[in-house]
Amino acid sequence: MVKRNVWLNILFQVVAVLLALGFTTLVLLVAKAPPLEAYKNIIIGGLGTFKKFSDVLVAWLPLLLTTSGLLVTFTAGLWNIGIEGQVTLGAIFTTWALRLLQESSLPPALIIAIAILAGMLGGALWASLAGALKTFGGVNEIFGGLGLNFIATALTIWLIFGPWKRPGTGSMSGTQPFPEELWLPTFPDLRLSPWSLVLGILALVVIYFLLRGTYFGLKLKAVGRNIRAAFLLGVPTWQHMMLAFIVCGLFAGLAGGLQVTAVYHRLIPSISSGYGFAGLMVAMLVNYQALWVAPVALFFAFLNIGSIQLPIVLKLDSTLSGVLQGILVLFVLMAEGARQRLFGKR
Amino acid sequence: MDTNTILIGLAGVLAGAAPVMFAVIGETITERAGVINLSMNGTILLTAMGSFAVAVDTGSLLLGFLTGMAIGALVALVVAFSSITLRQSQVAVGFVLALLCRDLSYFLGNPYMGLQGPRLSNAIIPGLSEIPILGTLFFKQDIITYLSFLIIFLAWGWFYKTRPGLVLQGIGERPAAAFVRGANVNRLRYLYTIIGGAIIGLAGPAYSLSIKAGWKGTISGLDGIGWIALAITIFGGWNPLRAAFGAYLFSFLQWLGLVLQPRLPNIPSQVLQVAPFPLMILTLLLVNIGDAEWVTRMLAALPEGVRRFIAKVLRAMRASPPASLGVPFESE
Repeated sequence: MVKRNVWLNILFQVVAVLLALGFTTLVLLVAKAPPLEAYKNIIIGGLGTFKKFSDVLVAWLPLLLTTSGLLVTFTAGLWNIGIEGQVTLGAIFTTWALRLLQESSLPPALIIAIAILAGMLGGALWASLAGALKTFGGVNEIFGGLGLNFIATALTIWLIFGPWKRPGTGSMSGTQPFPEELWLPTFPDLRLSPWSLVLGILALVVIYFLLRGTYFGLKLKAVGRNIRAAFLLGVPTWQHMMLAFIVCGLFAGLAGGLQVTAVYHRLIPSISSGYGFAGLMVAMLVNYQALWVAPVALFFAFLNIGSIQLPIVLKLDSTLSGVLQGILVLFVLMAEGARQRLFGKR
Repeated sequence: MDTNTILIGLAGVLAGAAPVMFAVIGETITERAGVINLSMNGTILLTAMGSFAVAVDTGSLLLGFLTGMAIGALVALVVAFSSITLRQSQVAVGFVLALLCRDLSYFLGNPYMGLQGPRLSNAIIPGLSEIPILGTLFFKQDIITYLSFLIIFLAWGWFYKTRPGLVLQGIGERPAAAFVRGANVNRLRYLYTIIGGAIIGLAGPAYSLSIKAGWKGTISGLDGIGWIALAITIFGGWNPLRAAFGAYLFSFLQWLGLVLQPRLPNIPSQVLQVAPFPLMILTLLLVNIGDAEWVTRMLAALPEGVRRFIAKVLRAMRASPPASLGVPFESE
């Protein structure tokens, strides 16, 4: 019986994936583009060379971090849509720390470490703001978070054009790049940093065990499933919601900090690069289970990097990756609903 | 600045609020029925692009606007089907659609970027437009702006002055009670979600065929409007008149930002453009905070006169959502 349900589950998911591919192909046909050519270019763009695959990994790591953080808030029943802003604040705090310390006599390794910790702090701070609005102000975390996202973006732009502007005139290309000794070291000739790799994978492992194997994870689950029952059973509910926000903010801030120290080496206007929203999609696609985050996030990162090729070769917009990701999540959600409707739950 | 400039500026505020108005009224209708359509941000972009593309290809503004309504209704249908029939989370489906429709509009809109297209011209109403002050403000607008005035009162009248409007409130507040009294809750939810979606679908063409004519892809400046419109819906307390006030306030703040820009050269324009957001959060806070327990406790410690005043202000600001917003209904 159990076996049959597993196969049924897989069947529905496969159908969802096929439908998503069909829809995307249709969209390509509407845009009068050759679908096979487009898919081929995405694959070449993402996997064509070792260097390109390493770029996929560069995009994979922040996605791992944001998704890991989001698993915590989702477990507590919270829709932390403000995660984009939390990534941004992480980047801002890291930049801030680097600017303050770059003239000092501290060893560069220590400066980088402090800056990354500052980034985590920044993310946690911004997340706790959304949390406070939710728990003390009764403002739904979706709306509070969205507002905070916009404020974070405005703050970034203000800093880039105002107090932190390049010598001469500020520009959309960002702040003055930091000296090379403050860059997180990368593999030779690649943009990938072994440190980011370790931190990203570690984050997912930590979250996996936090949610599965600890008392804290269990209490979060209780709050997420039924907040009233959890409260009556003596779980301090609002404290756990705040903690969930803060933990998620730490991971988001880390993602933002690493974008500054390991990837861009400066603050740019779109520093969060949509990794927060993409993390929400990945979390939905894996049905909030940590086990599948790594491969699904890798697939999303591959699509994003692969589609960069599209405007160059086929004069198509690179948002095709977003179309494919979005329709995939939508169809998987709908397939899950259809399966429950037709065959009952589980 | 002379009076005439200000007057024309304010007329621009009314016109500029039109797209937001459709979005907010459409969402209010949807949420009154108990369904959240979170896809608005994507819907607005997709309808702006789609209606512009159709208007360019056919040369017909009417077909452009109808396309917008059709796309809006279609997206709403997906929300309704996924949440009502398939019982998936409305928030999840809406959020995915918001991103999907945004990316779709950028991808499919690529060939239409920067093209010259038809644009709605002002329809000056003879006679009424001669009235001093009011004439310039209200009667020298284009048709879609007039429609945005009309839709406020249509929605208000429907909600509070008709029998089906009463049923609409019922299926959002107490669906079980409405069901017992013979209302087909889920069918009506489908209906109102699709109608609301069609109205939201007017927001895109109200930009791309009127006040921000054309399609400019990611630099259209439309990304984010849908999220603001969602906040205004809450600010509006699910009442069309208060929602309309919110939409005009937002449009006014944006205009104020533009006017202040040359006077505050140190602040980049992008910062002034987002000035409404902190204010939105603040208003959301004020709308909701009256319900918080610690506020009640703090108020109790204040002297009588102050306490009564603050309590009165908070009560006036407060708005509670339809009781069954986002809650699926099953008759069995």
